[in-house]
Amino acid sequence: MLTSQPQDALSKPVLNIRRLSKSFGSQLVLNDVSFEVAKGATVCLLGPSGSGKSTLLRCVNWLERPDEGAIFLNGVRVGFRSGGTVPMTARELAEVRSHIGMVFQHFNLWPHLTVIENLIEAPIHVQKRNRDEVIAEAEALLERVGLRDKRDAFPARLSGGQKQRVGIARALAMKPELILFDEPTSALDPELVGEVIAVMKTLANDGMTMLVVTHEMGFAREAADEILLLDGGKIIEHCPPEAFFSRPKTERARQFLQRYVQA
Amino acid sequence: MHGFLIVWQNAGRMADGLANTVLLATIGTALSLILGALLATGLMAKSGPLRFGAQWLVDSMRCIPFLLLAYIVYYGLPSIGVNFDNWTAGLCAIVIYNAAYMAEIVRGAWSGLPPDYIEAALSFGFHGVSLYRRIVLPPVVLAAIPIIGNQVIQVIKDTAFLMIIAVPELTHAASAIQSKYYVPFAAFIVAVGLYWMLCGLVEGGVRWVERRAEARR
Repeated sequence: MLTSQPQDALSKPVLNIRRLSKSFGSQLVLNDVSFEVAKGATVCLLGPSGSGKSTLLRCVNWLERPDEGAIFLNGVRVGFRSGGTVPMTARELAEVRSHIGMVFQHFNLWPHLTVIENLIEAPIHVQKRNRDEVIAEAEALLERVGLRDKRDAFPARLSGGQKQRVGIARALAMKPELILFDEPTSALDPELVGEVIAVMKTLANDGMTMLVVTHEMGFAREAADEILLLDGGKIIEHCPPEAFFSRPKTERARQFLQRYVQA
Repeated sequence: MHGFLIVWQNAGRMADGLANTVLLATIGTALSLILGALLATGLMAKSGPLRFGAQWLVDSMRCIPFLLLAYIVYYGLPSIGVNFDNWTAGLCAIVIYNAAYMAEIVRGAWSGLPPDYIEAALSFGFHGVSLYRRIVLPPVVLAAIPIIGNQVIQVIKDTAFLMIIAVPELTHAASAIQSKYYVPFAAFIVAVGLYWMLCGLVEGGVRWVERRAEARR
């Protein structure tokens, strides 16, 4: 699928991560991680639990502060002003974050707002866009994820799969340059995983730039342009899915595949 | 029964007292909730001095007998050049005193708010005032509705103390009627009945809001 992207777009990465390291106390959770996500690409971040996947994802929008290294979103340093020594203010950080969508494992929909209100909240109050336009777009997004009839429902009334589809629509409503998915199907009942994966596949095919932490090997195999396998905070495999699933280079990757693919 | 007839004949005065009580309690609740929500940001602040300052304010207000606070606002403040009429002084005392309680109520509900919602809001670019007002405060207030309702009842009862600074509220009206016609039993029993009615309305209101809040949790 890499070749299906236009070449000039591929040459400029949306996300560029350079030599990222992060420790919690004495435990090194990210160890010198570098990679890029090209415009329109879907990159799947795989790895056993505790391998640092979620931490890496949360560093991208500065929910976690890396100890070392740098993150660039469309060439702009995240977390520091240009020059790289002065930390961004809360306002500057918020501005950067508003260009990065995020889909959470536990959905994190705002419970006091209806489905449509969840979608329009940030576009109106953070991006200060026109309310009527935002509502029209949000309705189209609900149509796209198949939840038009849930427009005025509160999150508490939705199934997990429906909540996560709202979560994805909420991220899309920001017109982000990149969407981060943090184990989007891990909290779902098995029979609800499919509907969320289907929406994510459509997005990947439509050219949305996505960085996805997942245990769904089917999705990684079919929708990813690149696979990153993280183990002990290090990237131990970085290749297209065909290569990863048919001839993994490392023994750790083979063990990982054995455990997750046959399951 | 003669006493109740006299109270009935002075129904207009009781009604005025009741209206003032309702007004003081309504405005007092609204303002103390707003002030309390502001104070709560201090109580939850990361900055040590800010948190300490807010906590000191809240604790010092909660630990004054309300009667004394009303005296200070009405009789004390004029000596440093701040003059209020009785009604405004009474309202100020109500607001200052109850804001401290409201701050603690908001803080309590805020502490119980799952961090997930705030994290989602941060990722979507919320920060500062809009983060608090749009994402934090609504679920916090929804969660705290029963406790806030309880505090409203406290506010209603606190307004009765304001008779000592001659605010023409319900207790003041009942007291005036009983001393003029010497019908203490009838006048005070009618006042108690009216307080019961007010609290019943608040309880009903809380249940009504609760039912609507249920869907939003």
